Amino acid sequence: MLDPTIASRVQFAVTTFVHIIFPTISMGLAPFLVYFTWKEITTDEPIYVDLRSFWAKIFGITFVAGTVTGIVLEFEFGMNFAAFSAFVGEVLGGPLAVEGMMAFFLESTFLGIFIFGRERVSDRLYFLSAVLVALGSWLSAVWILIANAWMQTPQGYDVVTEGGQRVVELTDPLAAYANPRFPWMFVHMQSSAVLSASLFLAGIAGFYLWMGRDSDFWRKTLKVAIVLMIITAPFQVLHGDSYTRHVEDTQPAKFAAMEAQYETETGAALHLIAIPTSLESFTNPRAQNLWTLDVPNLASLLASGGDLDARIRGLNEISNTEPWRGAGTPPVAFVFWSFRLMVLLGLWFVVLAFWAGYRWYRGTLFESTRLHQALALSTPLGVLAVEVGWMVAEIGRQPWIVQEVMTVSEGRSPGLTGGEATLTLAGFVGGYLLMLTLWIYVVRRMIRNAPDGHPPKTEGDRSGVVPVIGDD
Amino acid sequence: MTEPVALATGFLHGWPLAELWFVVVFAFLATFLFLDGMDFGVGALFAIRDDAHDRETMLSAVAPIWDGNEVWLIVFGGALFAAFPEVYANLFSRHYLPLFAVLVALILRGLAPEFYEQREDARWRRYWGAAFVAGSVGAPFLLGVFAAAWLQGAAGPTIAGLVVGLALVALTIVNGAAFLGLKTTDELQAEMGTYGVRAAIAYLVLAVLALAALGLSSGELLGALLAPVPAVLVVATAAGVGGYVLFARREQFRRALGVAAVLTYGLTTLVAVLLYPTIDPAVGLTVSEAAVSSLALSLMTVFAAVLLPLVSLYFVVLYSSFAGPTEAGEGY
Repeated sequence: MLDPTIASRVQFAVTTFVHIIFPTISMGLAPFLVYFTWKEITTDEPIYVDLRSFWAKIFGITFVAGTVTGIVLEFEFGMNFAAFSAFVGEVLGGPLAVEGMMAFFLESTFLGIFIFGRERVSDRLYFLSAVLVALGSWLSAVWILIANAWMQTPQGYDVVTEGGQRVVELTDPLAAYANPRFPWMFVHMQSSAVLSASLFLAGIAGFYLWMGRDSDFWRKTLKVAIVLMIITAPFQVLHGDSYTRHVEDTQPAKFAAMEAQYETETGAALHLIAIPTSLESFTNPRAQNLWTLDVPNLASLLASGGDLDARIRGLNEISNTEPWRGAGTPPVAFVFWSFRLMVLLGLWFVVLAFWAGYRWYRGTLFESTRLHQALALSTPLGVLAVEVGWMVAEIGRQPWIVQEVMTVSEGRSPGLTGGEATLTLAGFVGGYLLMLTLWIYVVRRMIRNAPDGHPPKTEGDRSGVVPVIGDD
Repeated sequence: MTEPVALATGFLHGWPLAELWFVVVFAFLATFLFLDGMDFGVGALFAIRDDAHDRETMLSAVAPIWDGNEVWLIVFGGALFAAFPEVYANLFSRHYLPLFAVLVALILRGLAPEFYEQREDARWRRYWGAAFVAGSVGAPFLLGVFAAAWLQGAAGPTIAGLVVGLALVALTIVNGAAFLGLKTTDELQAEMGTYGVRAAIAYLVLAVLALAALGLSSGELLGALLAPVPAVLVVATAAGVGGYVLFARREQFRRALGVAAVLTYGLTTLVAVLLYPTIDPAVGLTVSEAAVSSLALSLMTVFAAVLLPLVSLYFVVLYSSFAGPTEAGEGY
């Protein structure tokens, strides 16, 4: 039997890890669907009917997977982290309730019309449904990130004792909910969702172009995806850079873990590339023990926004100040490597976006097999970057469940037994693996049967030669 | 406190907000049991038809609406968390394994139809059809077990809970049969009348048994049950079942569905009345003790007052867009 705290943490990690795949793709697909629907209605070109109905199907099954895995998270707050829920309910319950009333109802009701109602409603209501589904999915990110931002940088509250129990009391709603962390998280998350969906679409289109299933369908998909990649990929890197500075200001321990900075330093170098020289330096990275390619003073410069000699606080100093003393520090290896992987992926997406943009500019977008291969292999990498980014955000907040207010182990359900927690952990791990496998299986089937029978328009002389594949 | 917040919430000063949110929480639960109850009922009735075309029709009837209906459960949990966090935390951690089972059932119910539609071969469809039925029957049954344990202040599942669970399954079939009566034609429609009548009678029997089991389990509950309001609700339920049987026999499914709604809201009201003024009998916590501060409640009241009328509008648009009988495979 596992310790109930450990089992609960792992279970929450696993269930969130799987869940976030689905909303990332659906929030990112939403603008594509609005665009395809708009073009379908205004141009009457059959290609847009195909694009809209095909990607709507993928959206539909992804949305359902997001719904059923999302309820799990809401229940887990109470089931596994009852002490946390009772403690913070006054501040965090509100955003979750409003998320349901403002976002989930909107997206799920109009999704019904969007997926199943094309023949039943007017063009106007149909387009409105696409917009409202997109709006709903983005609004749900607003409210969940308002809640998460408060857990990262809590404010607008008091801790009071009520009936012998410590609870959080909401004192200033604007401070609590219009938290300075929120816009950073929201912009970073939404841009990464669009980027991830663009990589997903471009990757699938790239795969079929690579395989020689050239068609207007995949060409159009690729083009729209590349436009959004060119906008979001560089933006994400620049935004991430400023976001890091904000984290250094507000969560110095997280920043120190991201940099494996144990000692407080002035004029700290940025470890541009870090290579572990032993297993030990991989599982327990310490800035001074890694082979690193450094830019002198850059960490200080970036973190302070201009001061080469700014002081970067190390974990050793932080863990000796209140309220950290005795609580522990973030597990550095997870945060350090997740951060590096995220940054590396982010830079790769910029390369990919400009490479594709350049090919497009030269008019050879559909001829470059190497580009198509690179895109195909990058299909899941956007989602991977979101995962490791969330690992930085959440593991970097450890040992706290609410930064410097409550630790994760204080937050767990007091009555939960190791047996119960282990049983459900095993159930979720097994069930989610099965579900993920099935989701991939179904999406692959859908993609294989994509309505890509229209031959590329630019080569009219070839029309009729390209066979209609799997057109249902 | 900040100025705009005071402006938005000031006029709510002095309102019995804790009681209001107690009502809201149960109204969300009742709406979930009615609307998603229709979907669960369709899932249960799915088991008794093996004709591929009929099954397709049944799936098409719920496909556009179930996801929106399920959100009522999410807002029930969200509102309970927001207004009575301690109750939410106590209940959900105390009934850990039944709620885990509810989650499994809801996942099966949601995903099984998606997978079912992907392939035509008999074995694949048999398994995913069975998973859909299991999820659709399991979810209301387990929620009934949970609700009874909540009411009894029990630490785990009880005998009375099992009966409440069965009664809830019967009630979802009552809802689902009336709904399918509106969505189908000819022979299938006529059969829905038959199943609806059987389910309604089963519900009445099970509800009486459940109340007896609850009353026998504790003197306090027995006393509460014998008070005027529960007695009126029980009589109303019996009359409602009579009305439903009448309408279902005549295939007046719109009216039957209306009565089913009354039955569902009546049952939920009964649970709320039996609880009040306590909200978590296991630890003797009352509604006013468990509620968050009036500032937090006022804020939520403002949001709910703006959003819930909009939500009603979404549902009117959704249901009217799909009014009338459905076609098998529509939209897929």
